[in-house]
Amino acid sequence: MYAQMVKTSGNGVKARDEMSDNERAFQDRIDAGEKIEPKDWMPDDYRLTLMRQIGQHAHSEIVGQLPEGNWITRAPTLERKAILIAKVQDEAGHGLYLYCAAETLGVSRDELIEELHAGRMKYSSIFNYPTLNWSDMGAVGWLVDGAAIMNQVPLQRTSYGPYSRAMVRVCKEESFHQRQGYSIMLKMATGTDAQKAMAQDSLNRFWYPSLMMFGPPDADSVHSEQSMAWKIKINTNDELRQKFVDQTIPQIEYLGLECPDKTIAWNDEKGGYDYAQPDWNEFFNVIKGNGPCNKERLAARVKAWEDGEWVRDGLLAHAKKKAARVAAE
Amino acid sequence: MTRDEALFEFLLRLGDNTSILSHRVSEWIGHSPVLEEDIALANTALDLIGQTQLWLGLAGEIEGKGRTADNLAYLRDAWDYRNLLLVERPNGDFGKTMMRQFLFDAWQSLMLGKLLASSDPRVAEIAAKASKEVAYHLERSADTIVGLGDGTEESHNRMQAALDDLWDYTGEMFISDEVDEVLATEGIAPNAASLKAEWEELVGRILTDATLTIPAKSYAHKGGKSGVHTEHLGFILADMQFLQRAYPGASW
Amino acid sequence: MSNEWPLWEVFIRGQHGMSHRHVGSLHAPDGEMAIKNARDVYTRRNEGVSIWVVEAANISASSPSGKGPLYEPSNSKVYRHPTFFDIPDDVGAM
Repeated sequence: MYAQMVKTSGNGVKARDEMSDNERAFQDRIDAGEKIEPKDWMPDDYRLTLMRQIGQHAHSEIVGQLPEGNWITRAPTLERKAILIAKVQDEAGHGLYLYCAAETLGVSRDELIEELHAGRMKYSSIFNYPTLNWSDMGAVGWLVDGAAIMNQVPLQRTSYGPYSRAMVRVCKEESFHQRQGYSIMLKMATGTDAQKAMAQDSLNRFWYPSLMMFGPPDADSVHSEQSMAWKIKINTNDELRQKFVDQTIPQIEYLGLECPDKTIAWNDEKGGYDYAQPDWNEFFNVIKGNGPCNKERLAARVKAWEDGEWVRDGLLAHAKKKAARVAAE
Repeated sequence: MTRDEALFEFLLRLGDNTSILSHRVSEWIGHSPVLEEDIALANTALDLIGQTQLWLGLAGEIEGKGRTADNLAYLRDAWDYRNLLLVERPNGDFGKTMMRQFLFDAWQSLMLGKLLASSDPRVAEIAAKASKEVAYHLERSADTIVGLGDGTEESHNRMQAALDDLWDYTGEMFISDEVDEVLATEGIAPNAASLKAEWEELVGRILTDATLTIPAKSYAHKGGKSGVHTEHLGFILADMQFLQRAYPGASW
Repeated sequence: MSNEWPLWEVFIRGQHGMSHRHVGSLHAPDGEMAIKNARDVYTRRNEGVSIWVVEAANISASSPSGKGPLYEPSNSKVYRHPTFFDIPDDVGAM
């Protein structure tokens, strides 16, 4: 999901007899379910892929503060405001845990942030969509966090120790996010006519972009076999997307809303719903920078960083002064 | 003015302070200088919302007309708001936001300290809960003032500019009126003026550590406690109250 | 990146007299701020917890156990910090 398009290496998985001793021993550890820790030997590609995936996962959490942060000041009750602030705060926290996990691989948080701001690292496509009415707070929590949870739960078993532990912490905190989103949807869908229309409008705009979060269909995906072999990726894009659809359709029905995909139909044979693919051209355009909010999202993050430079520098300077005074005593 | 009338006004002042300040602080979430600050400011904003619910909730009870904390927060216009002008000041840069926070935290911690001994047990109870949170807010904001005041030349200059800008909004905290007199007589709340010396001592100490200079000349802008606000409050409320006003009667 | 805030490892003792546990890391200009940040990030301000913070660079770590090619003989820091890894433009099709 955060490696929506990350290629591990160009050439697919190495056969065992092509591996070096180190690589073979490494693969054996992974196959045995052992966790790889920061000081352990690891192939360069493993390190770089993880740096990119964990880094982009972190960036997604940080940028993800913005679409919901957009509605904090307009939250319609004190309670909803508090819940929304807590949720966005969690996202900041998740970004922090993930940057720390990425840092164990030999890169600093500031370096990762610089890569993001320069456009060399990305964040999940979904955050390039706007939040236009209060119901979107419901849709984002319910669908976007729902999709993220679907991806994060299995990642608790990922091979890299710090990433796995970060995922465990994230999943514990995530439990309330989807519930708060759905509770907003429920309130709206069973409210006034205008509220119900808002809820339907949110669903209409967020359904397909949520499906896109899982990345392109397996058949069209860049090579992810190596990531699967290294347990950096646990499920395929289509597996997760199918699970998401199957879980969400009954939830839509319960709300009394209509899924914008009119072709949804239960398939007895496969034991799941048949559904229409999102417009993958739209996805590739959003990744390329043509989504509704790409420019604003990145600009906001760059501004926060640049405007805050004097603060970071000031506090660091003070810390150094304090230390010097203590040393002089 | 009766005891309950004065108490109602006083509770609105406390609750509107925390409500508007929380609103301002929450504007930073996702835009702070560093991730750890996004998280810390969110905690501050959350604490202040909790305090708002308590103060305005009690205000509604005292008023006895069935208004809830939400009704009071979302359905009063600016002229019925009773917050200090200080808390509606724009965020400006991070320095201005933290200076506003510190000047308010110092006052709030002293006020809550006195309210712990309020003759009204409900007021004392809320004060007990809030004062733990505010003690932490003050610790954090004071540290930030010192860290930035005595940081780099740029951070020092920005903090001095922030202090120069906000100082004239602190006088209002200590202007007593009939509300204060009634409540002081009842032993419910201290006279506003009585907090001044302690506040000046506390604030002076921190500002000295921060190598900042208190402006020589000062003037006390006022009006917030009687509903005469700056132009900023209207815009804050337009944001805050839009949904409730545009969709009256809806349940959220 | 000379103005980067250093990295700190955070250890927290929960309320019932257990040992401190490592909960993660964060960035701060010094130990005092690291503790405040840890309080905000890792405890959401629960009272009565004990927080230790150690600058990551000050932690000495044993080498991973095991023989042969996976053995790193040097007694180095918690994280292996190899020479700076550029994130190459061509890793990932994005």
